[in-house]
Amino acid sequence: MPDATGLELIAGEIRDSAPGAVISTKHDRGRAEIEITPESVHPVVAMLKERGYTFLASLHGLDYWPDEPRLGVIYELLDMKTVDRISVKTRVTVENPTVASVIDLWSGADHPEREVFDMFGVVFEGHPDLRRILMPEDYEGHPQRRDFPVGGEEVIFTYNEKTMPGWTE
Amino acid sequence: MTPILATVNYSEPWWIQIIKALVIFAVGLQLIPLVLLAERKMLGRFQGRYGPNRVGPFGVMQPLADIIKLATKESFRPRTSVGFIFMAAPAISIITAVATLAIVPFGNTVDIFGTKVGLYGVDPSIGILYAFAFGGIAFYGLMLGGWASGSKYSFLGAMRSAAQLISYEISQGLALVGVVMLAGSLSLTEIVDAQATQGWFIVPQIVGFVVFLVAGFAETNRAPFDLPEADAELVGGYITEYGGGGFTSFFFAEYLNVIVVSAITVTVYLGGWLLPFGWHTPGLAMPFIVIGKTCLLIFLFIWVRATLPRLRYDQLMSLGWKILLPIATINTLATAVMVVT
Amino acid sequence: MTPEVSDYRKQEESITLERLDHDPATGISSDLLTLNIGPHHPATHGVLRLIVTLEGEIVRDIKPVIGYVHTGIEKTAEQKAYWKVIPVIERMDYLSYYFNAMAYCGSVETLTGVEVPKRAQYLRVIHMELNRIMSHMVWLGTSALDLGAMSMFWYCFRERETILDLFEMSSGQRMHTRYFQVGGVMEDIPLGFEKKLRQFLKTMPSRADKFADLLENNEIVLQRLRGTCPLSEERLLDLGVTGPLLRAAGNPWDLRKTAPYSSYEDFNFKIPVGTVGDNYDRYRVRHAELYESVKIIEQALDGLPEGPYITEDRKYALPPRHELATSMEALIHHFKLVTEGFRVAEGEAYYPIESPRGELGCFIRSDGSSKPARVHMRDPSFVNLQATAEMCTDTYIADLIATLAMLDPVLGGIDR
Repeated sequence: MPDATGLELIAGEIRDSAPGAVISTKHDRGRAEIEITPESVHPVVAMLKERGYTFLASLHGLDYWPDEPRLGVIYELLDMKTVDRISVKTRVTVENPTVASVIDLWSGADHPEREVFDMFGVVFEGHPDLRRILMPEDYEGHPQRRDFPVGGEEVIFTYNEKTMPGWTE
Repeated sequence: MTPILATVNYSEPWWIQIIKALVIFAVGLQLIPLVLLAERKMLGRFQGRYGPNRVGPFGVMQPLADIIKLATKESFRPRTSVGFIFMAAPAISIITAVATLAIVPFGNTVDIFGTKVGLYGVDPSIGILYAFAFGGIAFYGLMLGGWASGSKYSFLGAMRSAAQLISYEISQGLALVGVVMLAGSLSLTEIVDAQATQGWFIVPQIVGFVVFLVAGFAETNRAPFDLPEADAELVGGYITEYGGGGFTSFFFAEYLNVIVVSAITVTVYLGGWLLPFGWHTPGLAMPFIVIGKTCLLIFLFIWVRATLPRLRYDQLMSLGWKILLPIATINTLATAVMVVT
Repeated sequence: MTPEVSDYRKQEESITLERLDHDPATGISSDLLTLNIGPHHPATHGVLRLIVTLEGEIVRDIKPVIGYVHTGIEKTAEQKAYWKVIPVIERMDYLSYYFNAMAYCGSVETLTGVEVPKRAQYLRVIHMELNRIMSHMVWLGTSALDLGAMSMFWYCFRERETILDLFEMSSGQRMHTRYFQVGGVMEDIPLGFEKKLRQFLKTMPSRADKFADLLENNEIVLQRLRGTCPLSEERLLDLGVTGPLLRAAGNPWDLRKTAPYSSYEDFNFKIPVGTVGDNYDRYRVRHAELYESVKIIEQALDGLPEGPYITEDRKYALPPRHELATSMEALIHHFKLVTEGFRVAEGEAYYPIESPRGELGCFIRSDGSSKPARVHMRDPSFVNLQATAEMCTDTYIADLIATLAMLDPVLGGIDR
């Protein structure tokens, strides 16, 4: 990962190209992270890709409940030449959970973006086929959110199978 | 006047024919469990494991247990299947396999209690054509079974088997033309008799032998040509939707076909009931010699199954049409030149 | 009663054939067959479902559908104390459980700053490389089975058994061993382990030679693998594919070399790479990795340093049993760890390692409590699966099965 100075330099570059995009930078326990506004995700990530972080190692979501804005999306970018990792984070609210899709930059963002949509309800604008990937298509709610109850699913047994949704005679 | 299509070299009184038919049918059918057991035991040894060893001593009762299990299973059919054809297809398969067994000569005519008996079901003068005719019908069993199942996997399997059987039957037939020219007859007993004077046909017809054997593997849907039932790709191919009796019939037909193809190869190329080095064959030992030689070939079938992976569909086709067919044709031409000069 | 077709279904069953539409010669629209391969199919290595559109024997479109073994492990992990998460997380990719545990423990160790003793690092390397061989054995056996060479399956599982026996010796379990702990490993290797391991290391290369003899001298195998379903390095990188698949295309990216963790920098080993990235290269790369793993284990075993096998920091590791009777401190630590578990300062960490299938990353967000606030596994199978469609369109259905085998997806890891 870039050292603290390097991270600031990158953040400075982003500030120059997209004013107001960078919310904060964090260099903590060997992890370099830039937090940006949701609107600027696509241009910033594209700029970092130009800058050498050509590989999207991981894309995942997380929930900061009860903090606001709650939902986070993290892009773990990797520069394979210098073996350098940088994390780009953006946070959106539950009311307006939209982030631009980066599928035009990396085709491999397809499954991870669908997973984040499935688990957190973050909508990736521009994704051609955004639908649930791991949960059943008629599932309600986004189970990885922190306020989603654990054990709230009723378990199907013989005695209650007829009352379960999806039962067809 | 109707021209005579075929004659029978020698026929016994009717009651001997019935007894013969029953004996051959019984022995043929009894061979299947033995082959099954042998295959599973040998595959086990090839693969560093024991194979069946729980039912009976050394697992010898395993085929019986399998048969009881299969016979007592519910016979079901998919809603989309075409009922009559779906049930008829396994029957076609096993009938043709048993019918081909009838012409396999287990020996020449011998005297049993003063009666002259031929150690074969029937010996028509067109024996080889008879075998091919039933081989041709046999593929209806596979194709109709796969089509009538109303399942996409079965359908793909049926298409594969149709293409495969047709393309390999040609090479197989052409490979045998060389033998027929050398022997000057289509009758299987006469082919063996010809080998008594000319030597086993595997020597002059080694190319034909290889082509015939490879095509034989394809005819019987055995590895590496088991594409119609390719379990990794098509689940079970044409037998995907069959269970219980239907499955048993296809299963038995496959093993019976293995036995028949081996036995015909033995008859045609490996001297049938003749012993090597011109040793004299005692009359009643003939069937045992034929069965012994057949077992060697069946072992080859099992060995190949344990070793070789499956071909791809297009590779199978190009092997049949681009390699085996030209080789068989050239072999036929060369034999023709040899015979004429 | 037939339920109304939802938009989802329509979308799922939609096929992409624009490529072919402008070719008037084919006129294929009437001859297409949609085949549903899976979730129950002998060759999908679990419960992968592929909606395949066929034109005769040729695959025109593939849509993978996953989620049939989604068990919510990431959600479950949020309800458990840090050290209780390990057994759950191991069950994701059930063929590389040591790697799952390593990624998770590494991530927690990054967050807590726990020092892992050298001996523990070496023991981890030994077990991870054994696990890699084990995973490749299962891959080789099942792939050969998919090609139709059934005997390979048993030959490979024989080696796998030996490795599982070794795991049983060191941890008491054959699968999902929970051997790796935060700060080290659970126990030191027992007496006799080294002898048995050395015996295995001696036989393994010759066994691998024999596998190669059986497969690589076989014309059918070569025809089935060579030149089938290649994908270029650029496309693979774009799709996020890592691991042996990427190395088969000629990119020597291996985290053990580029960003060494757990003392991998101490060992001398090579990274096998392919040239064109077809199925044959994928097979060769994994096969060559068997030898390299054996070499790493040999070096780790030779250079196994003396010392503790788990950190001495009693805040994170259970104190030894005998201390409980004599030391008040130890009793307190034991009680704290078993009841609440240790707390981790607020922060986020992403810890990538090289699993048998590619980059396995574990992301953990800690909110200062004794339970992780978010655990995410970047599973290589999940990402690599996206390449299936691109590799297999316009090939034969048999090649689709072979390529799927060479992709080596583990559905437990994909669905989590």
